[in-house]
Amino acid sequence: MSEAIDVDPIESKIWITLTINGSKNSYFVEQRLTLADFLRKEVGLVGTHLGCEHGSCGACTIIMDDKAVRSCLLLAVQADGASLETVEGLARDGAMTPLQEAFRAHHALQCGYCTSGILLSLVARLREGPIETEAEARESLSGNICRCTGYTGMVSALLSLSNSKSGDEEKQ
Amino acid sequence: MTILETGSSERVTGKRLLRREDPELLTGEAKFVDDIVRQDALYMALLRSPMAHARIVAVDTAIAKHMPEVFAVMTGAELKSDWFAPMPCAWPVTGEMKNPPHYPVAADVVKYVGDIVAVVLASNKVAAIDALAAIDVKYEELPVIVDLEDALANKELVHPELGTNTSYVWKLEPDKSKVDQAFASAVHVVKSRYVQQRLLPSAMEPRGVLVVPQLYGSEYTIYSSTQIPHILKIMLSLTVGISEAKLRVIAPAVGGGFGSKLNVYSEEVLALTLARKFHRPVRWTEERSEGALATIHGRGQIQEIELAAEADGRLKAVRVNLIADMGGYLQLLTPGVPLLGGFLYHGLYDVPAYSFTCTGVFTNKTPTDAYRGAGRPEATFAIERSMDSLARKVGIDPAEIRRINFIPPEKFPYPSAPGLVFDSGNYLPNLEQGLEKVGYAQIRAQQQIKRSDGSKKHLGVGISCYVEMCGLAPSKVLGSLSYSAGGWESATIRILPTSKVQVVTGTAPHGQGHETSWSMIVADRLGISPDDIEVLHSDTAIAPYGLDTYGSRSLAVGGSAVYLATEKVLEKAKLIAAHHLEVAAEDLSYKDGSFAVKGSPDKVMLLSSVAFEAFTAHNLPEGLEPNLEATVTWDPPNFTFPFGTHIAVVEVDEETGETELLRYVSIDDVGNQINPMIVEGQIEGGIAQGVAQALFEEAIYDGSGNLLNTTFLEYLVPSASEFPSFELGNTVTPSPTNPLGAKGVGEAGCIASPPAVINAIVDALSVFGIEHIDMPASPEKVWSAIHLSGGNSR
Repeated sequence: MSEAIDVDPIESKIWITLTINGSKNSYFVEQRLTLADFLRKEVGLVGTHLGCEHGSCGACTIIMDDKAVRSCLLLAVQADGASLETVEGLARDGAMTPLQEAFRAHHALQCGYCTSGILLSLVARLREGPIETEAEARESLSGNICRCTGYTGMVSALLSLSNSKSGDEEKQ
Repeated sequence: MTILETGSSERVTGKRLLRREDPELLTGEAKFVDDIVRQDALYMALLRSPMAHARIVAVDTAIAKHMPEVFAVMTGAELKSDWFAPMPCAWPVTGEMKNPPHYPVAADVVKYVGDIVAVVLASNKVAAIDALAAIDVKYEELPVIVDLEDALANKELVHPELGTNTSYVWKLEPDKSKVDQAFASAVHVVKSRYVQQRLLPSAMEPRGVLVVPQLYGSEYTIYSSTQIPHILKIMLSLTVGISEAKLRVIAPAVGGGFGSKLNVYSEEVLALTLARKFHRPVRWTEERSEGALATIHGRGQIQEIELAAEADGRLKAVRVNLIADMGGYLQLLTPGVPLLGGFLYHGLYDVPAYSFTCTGVFTNKTPTDAYRGAGRPEATFAIERSMDSLARKVGIDPAEIRRINFIPPEKFPYPSAPGLVFDSGNYLPNLEQGLEKVGYAQIRAQQQIKRSDGSKKHLGVGISCYVEMCGLAPSKVLGSLSYSAGGWESATIRILPTSKVQVVTGTAPHGQGHETSWSMIVADRLGISPDDIEVLHSDTAIAPYGLDTYGSRSLAVGGSAVYLATEKVLEKAKLIAAHHLEVAAEDLSYKDGSFAVKGSPDKVMLLSSVAFEAFTAHNLPEGLEPNLEATVTWDPPNFTFPFGTHIAVVEVDEETGETELLRYVSIDDVGNQINPMIVEGQIEGGIAQGVAQALFEEAIYDGSGNLLNTTFLEYLVPSASEFPSFELGNTVTPSPTNPLGAKGVGEAGCIASPPAVINAIVDALSVFGIEHIDMPASPEKVWSAIHLSGGNSR
């Protein structure tokens, strides 16, 4: 019944070039390597977490060419030529983004394992427009699973962002 | 409100201090087990049985062994001489309990789908998984037992050598004749049968382990995604046969546990055994679907509960009979889990007579063990569902049946019929606050209007009042329950030469924010900033003593140890300050980081100066040791008993069977709160998990013992779309059990919520004469119940 699976690790590798958090680089990767494993094991960006490896929990969400994608469902070779954003690219110069700060202020995370994927889903969503209602907040979170928080803190965090923004606009 | 003594003029406890844990989690800086790089580690992959019960006839590994990058392939038969002791069960609940020995890799017979039959070590994950596919196992199928009642009837045997499927029978019946008498003379008897479905705990981080041997030092560092680094170290030593002095266990960032990481797993034992055998680092990371089979399941009980009551609904007795599903083998705490609820089936009601019997049975399924609440959600569900049935029978409102039965405040400390002493409680104001917050009277009125309008959407409201025992636990009581360990917790505090403070705790947080909360406790007592306090944990080389995090124990037991250690170090600092100020220690007062002579406030010595004097040791009182350090191991005198009221408001669509959770109100009394933000987070997360049990989740087995839903596509862990925002409130009844007055909050939400939701659904469906819906109340189940009832509500 069983047969050895014929895999030549050298022959199966190809070169890809892509931009990750603003820096462009080339990598020699296994064709069947997932994008998530590539980021974690080859690039060393372990902030992208794997929760299910079948595309349903959203923990591994990153942004690829401005779209939120599940990095466990893509192969690294599919990202050839793309621009990727991961959780490591959010905070700059020691300062977290307003979204990250809002998550902290509203206790939107506990164990933090699902958090990077949720942040990236929301970064992509917020680029499409503000999240202003609880229904919109819940809809924007619905592709990600969190087992710790019950989501209430995340909803408050998102609504606080749109409130503080409209507050700023009023000031101007 | 508080018992806590403070040395601070600006108190931080009770404030919503932001968590110091968050920045590294929000930026991806935190390292979970699988994030720790060890290029030379061998990757371990496990071949698991697809059969629920079968004899292993032959395992052919010849092809797999010769595949590229494969280092070793081993069967259970080949590993037999590598085992030192069977997998541990720490809770032999009775002297006669049957606990068939089992090892990480099965050699002869598999007992459940997921039992390990062979192990591959390869230089990387892909090569290891490829090799698994090349292993050929021949099985001879054996009869499978899935159903609990079939198991009890010994229709077939999971472990034929035992001659029975019953592992144990545990009885708690202080006075049988009193119970019999109460039932004989009762006006109302309510008898119900409930099913506690199996659940997959589903922590977002799958389990993982990395063992790094030190080749020449013979020491092993074990990184594990565990809630119990300390217990794991002891158990690995006893199970693998390596001196405890040679083991260091580190729980790095841990992505949730909920009890599923309160265990000693085959993969941990196996990784250590193989790292020793081959002198190589070994790592394993669970896949989600693998975890559905390999990580313990929660619940799994059939409950029979009977209430005896007077004509007005006053309870006279509670009698409970459980069948509890152990699964194929006993894991670390498997047999004890149902018993943690065994003391609480009378809820927060004053019940004079009590009887509880639990029969633990083996089945050909994944072992069960502690899952958030562990026994107490089951107990709360049974009594709170039954109270609604009793209210209906007596013809009074569900709120009223609770009111008339509450243990009155003057009876605390309350000796319960099953033999506990409830520390403190004041239940009635808590219930009234919940009813007020939800607008109970208005909802009832609204319900009447909707019903008379002939709406096909039915409004329902469900109340669940709960009390639980947590803060595990007084060591002596654990001993009397035959549990193999104690329940104390340890803390060390050091005031460093530059006056910064180091706190070492034996708790092992994995999302609960102990670093933040412990720093707040110390900050208040020392009157310094929490930012000047570091909190170390979860590494047995740094924190040698601890009993870890589970059972809502960390604040009540571990936090108390931290507080008492701070008191102790302050006593020593006072002796040094008194020596330098040339006064007696009792003449000094302490506030905001400095000692002052009472009555001469200008004569002061800063804590920072004391710390430096303690470090240089140039001029210390005669006989006093240098350095400012104190350790306290605190054993709580009692459990703590948090309580509360949860109220769910639902709308059930009679045409689709779908339930929408419209509102959810909770009023929890967890005693004093150190950080209300963290407390609320614990409650909200717990509510979500309990609502998920009520509405969505169930590990479904077919008749052959196959688990049918092993992915998040079929096992429905809810997303944000399934919930409203929870409306929280609280009352504060400090616990007299510990110096913090804290009761514990980790499990409360998930203990209270399942009956609140089901009571609401049954309330909505009462127009159809429906009296119960089993969990999860899926649209299909609800729709079927409506149609079986004739579907006629009017």
